[in-house]
Amino acid sequence: MARAPALFTALLVLAAAAPALAATYTPPRETAALPPGPGADKARLYCLVCHSADYVTTQPPGMPGAFWEASVVKMVRVYGAPIPETETKALAAYLTAITAAPPKAPVR
Amino acid sequence: MPSNRAPDRRQVFTQAAAWLAAAGSARPALAQDSPSLPFDNGDRPLVAYPGKRPLLRLTTRPPQLETPFSVFDGDVLTPNDAFFVRYHLANAPPAALDADKWRLSVGGAVNTPLELSLQELKALPAVELAAVNQCSGNSRGFSRPRVGGGQLGNGAMGNARWRGVPLKAVLERSGVKAGARDVEFNGADTPAMATTPDFVKAIAIDHARDGEVMLAWAMNGEDLPILNGYPLRLVVPGYYGTYWVKHLTDVTVLDKESDSYWMKTAYRIPADPCACVEPGTAPSATVPINRLNVRSFITSPAEGAAVRAGRETLVRGIAFDGGYGIAEVALSTDGGAHWRPTRLGPDLGRYSFREWSAAITLPRGAHALAVRAINRAGQSQPMQALWNPAGYMRNAVETVRVRAG
Repeated sequence: MARAPALFTALLVLAAAAPALAATYTPPRETAALPPGPGADKARLYCLVCHSADYVTTQPPGMPGAFWEASVVKMVRVYGAPIPETETKALAAYLTAITAAPPKAPVR
Repeated sequence: MPSNRAPDRRQVFTQAAAWLAAAGSARPALAQDSPSLPFDNGDRPLVAYPGKRPLLRLTTRPPQLETPFSVFDGDVLTPNDAFFVRYHLANAPPAALDADKWRLSVGGAVNTPLELSLQELKALPAVELAAVNQCSGNSRGFSRPRVGGGQLGNGAMGNARWRGVPLKAVLERSGVKAGARDVEFNGADTPAMATTPDFVKAIAIDHARDGEVMLAWAMNGEDLPILNGYPLRLVVPGYYGTYWVKHLTDVTVLDKESDSYWMKTAYRIPADPCACVEPGTAPSATVPINRLNVRSFITSPAEGAAVRAGRETLVRGIAFDGGYGIAEVALSTDGGAHWRPTRLGPDLGRYSFREWSAAITLPRGAHALAVRAINRAGQSQPMQALWNPAGYMRNAVETVRVRAG
């Protein structure tokens, strides 16, 4: 970027200085992803319709399975997520697994 | 789903534009593109969204962006491009926002339903007010035990000068029928699925007509940023940000209590005066979250900073509450055992951040600087954080550790 031609830089400055009149909104590309693991395909299918993966991956590490089961049930009952009842346990197990607390470093 | 972190071309352009816009600074945020909030799993990428400088990204879609804490050591009015962002629904912000075609509908239990353009609203006598907008869950990441929800540090707050028309003036034009009880607010953002409850908030009719609740189109002298509700948002001074509905399209007067999910089920706090329960337990009764409690922060020196021993150090920061106004701010240099007064900065109104400062001289060694504000109603801050299941309303005394040498 440091070597961008002067005209290009000037255009960027103009664009940055313009008030927020743009009627369209283009967000940065979505890069957050759900990590691989048993159930990842289902989680991507059901969870990412309404929100990005970082809604899951930024949660506190090591929350118990009951927390994730309650979260999935809330998504179904409150937010109307079309998750079959037969899938909720497996989905919660995946979410619990990918957010597990990292193992503590051994004490020396 | 690509997992590599290489930004695409548009992202680079957006970031470059934001960096250039950021005060023409020769110190872009490149140096720290993944800052860490001080709790487990607190790494956040710094990402520039449209109209924003690089902010700490909590979530991508819908976007939730946190203001880097160092911003609060700058102007007492938070710059628009640094102001935090919080959304709930999948289609937020709306992909298209045309100010020329914008219409605000005022309906329900009114005498004359209205459809007002932005131009018509701007033709009414405008008011300006400095007020803090703080997310209910600001600082949730510090809850112990940890709770689910957006894991925010202290940057989901901001102070701006809002310009708009009092809701009272608009409700006087429509007239309000006898027996009106609540007023509901809806914005243009929508859920991905029809089964998801739309984001609708409500306040009591008397509150809506208090002359301070505002339909705002500008903050800090500019149009609202897209991500802060362009072209029109509700401003509810002294109340948590959840009520400040963005991209406002509908004002509906009700003759009963609102039954919106976002009032009846979400955004509830324990009914106790402390809004707290024994950590790890559930409240027996809840009420909708409402007024901000008292908070104060040290913005300089920063956590872990080195200062000169035996020389004067200026300690400064901000304090705010839900609208009584800050009466005094006290500083401790020994972790809260002893307190000394500080000097308050200019008063921008009882809903604004209030700056404070104190000159102190520290002996060589490690010191814990703590700050505590008291408002004009005598309310203050607890030394130990209170707890509730949703992680709302954290307002414990904040401590900054420094080393004098």
